[in-house]
Amino acid sequence: MHVTTMAEMAARGETPEVLFWVGCSGSFDQRAQKITKAFVTILDKVGVKYAILGKEEMCTGDPARRAGNEFLFQMMAYQNIQVLNGYEIKKIVTACPHCFNIFKNEYPALGGNYEVIHHATFLQQLIDEGRIVVPAGGAYKGKKITYHDSCYLGRANQIYEAPRKVLEALDAALVEMKRCRSNGLCCGAGGAQMFKEEENGHTRINIERADEALATGAQVIASACPFCNTMLTDGVKNREKENEVEVLDIAELVASYL
Amino acid sequence: MEYIAQVAFIALAAFGIYWFSRNILRIRRNILLGKDEMLNDRSGERWKNMLLMAVGQKKMFRNVPVALLHLIVYAGFIIINIEVLEIVLDGALGTHRVFMEPLGRFYTFLINAFELLALAVIVACVIFLVRRNIIKLKRFISADLDGWPRSDANYILITEIVLMSLFLIMNAADSTVNGRFLISGEIAPLFSGMSDSTLHTIERTAWWLHIIGIFAFLNYLPYSKHLHIMLAFPNAYYARLQPMGQMENMPSVQNEVLYMMQPELAPTGEAQPMKFGAKDVQDLSWKSLLDAYSCTECGRCSAACPANLTGKKLSPRKIMMDTRDRLEEVGKHIDAAGNIKDDGKSLLHDYITVEELRACTTCNACVQECPVGISPLHIILELRRSLVMEESNAPQEWNGMFSNIENNFAPWKFSPEERDAWAQS
Repeated sequence: MHVTTMAEMAARGETPEVLFWVGCSGSFDQRAQKITKAFVTILDKVGVKYAILGKEEMCTGDPARRAGNEFLFQMMAYQNIQVLNGYEIKKIVTACPHCFNIFKNEYPALGGNYEVIHHATFLQQLIDEGRIVVPAGGAYKGKKITYHDSCYLGRANQIYEAPRKVLEALDAALVEMKRCRSNGLCCGAGGAQMFKEEENGHTRINIERADEALATGAQVIASACPFCNTMLTDGVKNREKENEVEVLDIAELVASYL
Repeated sequence: MEYIAQVAFIALAAFGIYWFSRNILRIRRNILLGKDEMLNDRSGERWKNMLLMAVGQKKMFRNVPVALLHLIVYAGFIIINIEVLEIVLDGALGTHRVFMEPLGRFYTFLINAFELLALAVIVACVIFLVRRNIIKLKRFISADLDGWPRSDANYILITEIVLMSLFLIMNAADSTVNGRFLISGEIAPLFSGMSDSTLHTIERTAWWLHIIGIFAFLNYLPYSKHLHIMLAFPNAYYARLQPMGQMENMPSVQNEVLYMMQPELAPTGEAQPMKFGAKDVQDLSWKSLLDAYSCTECGRCSAACPANLTGKKLSPRKIMMDTRDRLEEVGKHIDAAGNIKDDGKSLLHDYITVEELRACTTCNACVQECPVGISPLHIILELRRSLVMEESNAPQEWNGMFSNIENNFAPWKFSPEERDAWAQS
């Protein structure tokens, strides 16, 4: 698979329709790499002219900022904004709600102003525009799918419907968990929790959430965040249900049709 | 002689209002100990927020049955206060039911409406007492409320029941109205056979207890979670309007990094000493302090908190209660000594522990749930900033994550050269 970098595109004097911000999880985490590839497959099939920053991409600084390390966050933001502004990037798409939130809400105050779109919204638009056509009677037709709301997409930015519309387009039977949309329960990864052990309690947050998802009887737990995906996958494994229930990103579900 | 009652009433009212104002000004002073935060913009949206959230109780309606009960108590409390206007005028002028004559049948309609509401308030308060003390809902039996806060909640409900009962008894025992009102008319037969003077005594006693109760309750507010009946309005007005996911920028750190990256921009001369994040209440935004005084301790935040409901120590409600308690303590030092004295204590560590702060996933469920627009998350994140930037206090895994981001530009220990390796495989 060849993915064009901004450096290559700029050398050819071209500009992309959109910059695909891969994010650290999508770049390095083996499970999340599959989400990245699925999304890139969609972009290629649909014929979107996009580029990635490649080795020039750096952590947005989200976990550092939420942990309390503002210095490190500001350093990362400064460097990323230098690179993005250097390439005169106008529009960014990302599959990570944390990167999305920080670009949308926090970089503007630091001089980084971009139109940023999360891949859930992007996929919904492609479906609405007819650029993605889901063939009738696909693999997920009638299958029970439950969608887990990412906090940074949902409560943080009020994106609840786009990922659900994508799933509806697959002709799947969408079932909701008790706590969904603005009542959605966190997977346990946000606020830099992904990078440390949980504090003592009677259960882990991801297990609490996985139990709720499993209780719907869904065969697929869909998410739109690589961190939620990791947490729920672990939760499902903890309950030894990984052979019956898949945890998949909405991009993977869409890509499976193409 | 007949003026004694009027003089007593005016003295009572004057003292009640004076003492209440004194306490409110003290609370205002405490809130203004917080740091500046500009929240005066977009007044249209702010009025709308206040109307929806505080007046319309929009967020309460996330749970409809409870919202309806609360609405009855809230509406009852406000609307019946119109009747208090008559009571105050009667008390000051030495009249009796000054509006009865001029309003005629409309007066009967008004009092009937008030009586119906009063009965509904009594029923709702009884249900609330049952929820708290017999059904024992999880958020009400939480250790957050041990001690005064639990009693506070019960005192409020009992006081409301007593005040409403006094209002009904007063009407029932009043021979000048001949039992013509809906609810008190049903109670009046209980008093049949009593002499006029006994009835008069009962009516006067209920009248006085009712109005003394109202002034006492007014003065109870500043010491109670019940203060939310006033502060919910400004708190909703000044609620932050940005998306919940947006964290407050720190321009001081932003500039520091800018001068590091582009030294030519750095101003010459001594740098100002800086304090990062919040260690104590006066390091927080004034809005966080207003939040603390507006908190009703209902616990919807903690009931939705993923850390709290999986048994971690973090409770967003406790964060707000701790902030208020610490602010009250600092306020008492100011009352006593005239200035903020260093008592060797701080909000961080002495009230809110590191373990609580660490457990937060920044999921915003607490912010979403709060019916009066409080953000516990804002306080948590400011305290985390102080922990990490002032005390270098972070768990080892976070320190590893920080150094990975700094050196490898990712939170994990991968080479930046490998960042696009996924595309090659």
